Amino acid sequence: MDIYLPIANLSVNAIVIVLLGGGVGVLSGMFGVGGGFLTTPLLIVYGIPPTVAAASGASQVTGASVSGVFAHVRRQGVDFKMGGVLVAGGIVGAFAGAWLFRLLQASGQIDTVIAILYVAMLGSIGGLMARESVTAILATRGGRPPRPRKRRHHPLVAALPFRTRFYASGLYISPLAPLLLGFFTGILTILLGVGGGFIMVPAMLYLLGMGTQVVVGTSLFQTLFVTAAATMVHAMTTKAVDIVLAALLLLGSVVGAQVGARFANTVKPEYLRFALAVIVLLVGLRVAIGLGWQPDEIYSVELS
Amino acid sequence: MRRWLLLALTPLLMAQSRPATKPVLVPDVSQREIEIAYSFTGAELLLFGAILYPGGRLPVGETPTDVVIVVKGPVQSILMREKEQVAGIWVNAARLSYRSAPSFYAIVSSRPIKQLVDDRTQAIYELGLDSLQLSPASNAPPAEQDRFARGLVDLKRRSGLYYEAPHAVEITDGVLYRARVSIPARVPVGRFTAETFLIRDGRVLAAATRDIDIRKSGFERFVARAAESHAILYGLVAVGLSVLFGWSAGWVARRL
Repeated sequence: MDIYLPIANLSVNAIVIVLLGGGVGVLSGMFGVGGGFLTTPLLIVYGIPPTVAAASGASQVTGASVSGVFAHVRRQGVDFKMGGVLVAGGIVGAFAGAWLFRLLQASGQIDTVIAILYVAMLGSIGGLMARESVTAILATRGGRPPRPRKRRHHPLVAALPFRTRFYASGLYISPLAPLLLGFFTGILTILLGVGGGFIMVPAMLYLLGMGTQVVVGTSLFQTLFVTAAATMVHAMTTKAVDIVLAALLLLGSVVGAQVGARFANTVKPEYLRFALAVIVLLVGLRVAIGLGWQPDEIYSVELS
Repeated sequence: MRRWLLLALTPLLMAQSRPATKPVLVPDVSQREIEIAYSFTGAELLLFGAILYPGGRLPVGETPTDVVIVVKGPVQSILMREKEQVAGIWVNAARLSYRSAPSFYAIVSSRPIKQLVDDRTQAIYELGLDSLQLSPASNAPPAEQDRFARGLVDLKRRSGLYYEAPHAVEITDGVLYRARVSIPARVPVGRFTAETFLIRDGRVLAAATRDIDIRKSGFERFVARAAESHAILYGLVAVGLSVLFGWSAGWVARRL
């Protein structure tokens, strides 16, 4: 079933796009990641122009996170105070990201920078998560009582001033730390077309030391608002938001997100973290290979 | 300029040299307008027509004529980048911009172009992918310009936007011809031209042009216009749509 995309100016198989959205949706419901780090590269592989892929991918992440946020709110899994600070940082970051995007685009190095950023972050975060989750799994398997996870934030975070209490997260830290984290993910949202959940979740766990039960919900809360802002920024600057493409992706992903959220409750969290770590590492590896491999297309064309 | 001058003079010259056998070309296309709607996956144009000889049929003893049809899309100004391996990583290095590269170029003929005309004629009428006038907007060395031009043609050829089909024009009884040209879905909208050339003994005897308009229609046009001229509203609708989709899916899932 072929459908013509009015902004991307090409026709795609609607079922493929819906299934793509669905697969990504399952992941987003399960892990609390937006899934943009999969959608955008997959759409590009399918032949959608990169800018359209990033812009429309952002609105898909918005939709996938809405249902997740509602689900987590009902389970009291969202720290609104923390979320608010993250969103504030994220929106400022989105504008900074737009400026950086134009700068890199003009120099022609945007693709390389994006790929290197992907490799660096996916590699380090995937490695960190894999090590931690394997240790946790082995401890459980070995019959030793699993040590209660040390909920401690990073020493650098503890050194920041203006501490305040985040009750739902069980933290007493400076709001500057989540503000910076939000800012950084905001930049990534524009640059990479990702929600930033795959950075946000590990950072909340290992840098801020937030309680596990609110991490996923709060991350989705931040993703919801920052991707919405990113869609607006794209609609106004690049004009590359393809509403038909976004609707197809949404159709799959919102259903997938529900399936994923249910599945997540039946699996032990350390196994979930390990699975996410493997996916993150695989995507990172794929991008790394792509950097050094001789590309099929030595030439690229853009309208000027 | 010279090309048009020649084109205009061609019938005149022909008339003087061989007044009795000057054929006239009557071309047509199956569609003058192509509307892009939701199910658009490309279009197939049928280009056909007649070669009218004074006697009504191919005169005895004359060499049969050949037909070449060139379909061109609107020209675009493009920037082309070339990747190069630097420290193990492929990055964009050299670049070259073109002021007017055709977005679509298909050449179909009854025999391979090289057998029909010489290089000069090919260059004058822009016949063939190696004779495109791309007008590079820089004074890069000719070797580099050649390399980029080959890269561009190769890239476009593989996405179906440029192609040559040397035997695609069928000529029936020396007077009727037809050919099919497929236009892929990813062409830009705008005015396309179909130029038909009648060629004999390495010379262009007659030429005629037909226009084809490709445009978005209905919902597709509405969306494309809204994104362009009502950006804020369009963005809000996109965000609203995402939220609505996500929320309703959650609502449904809770009741299942």
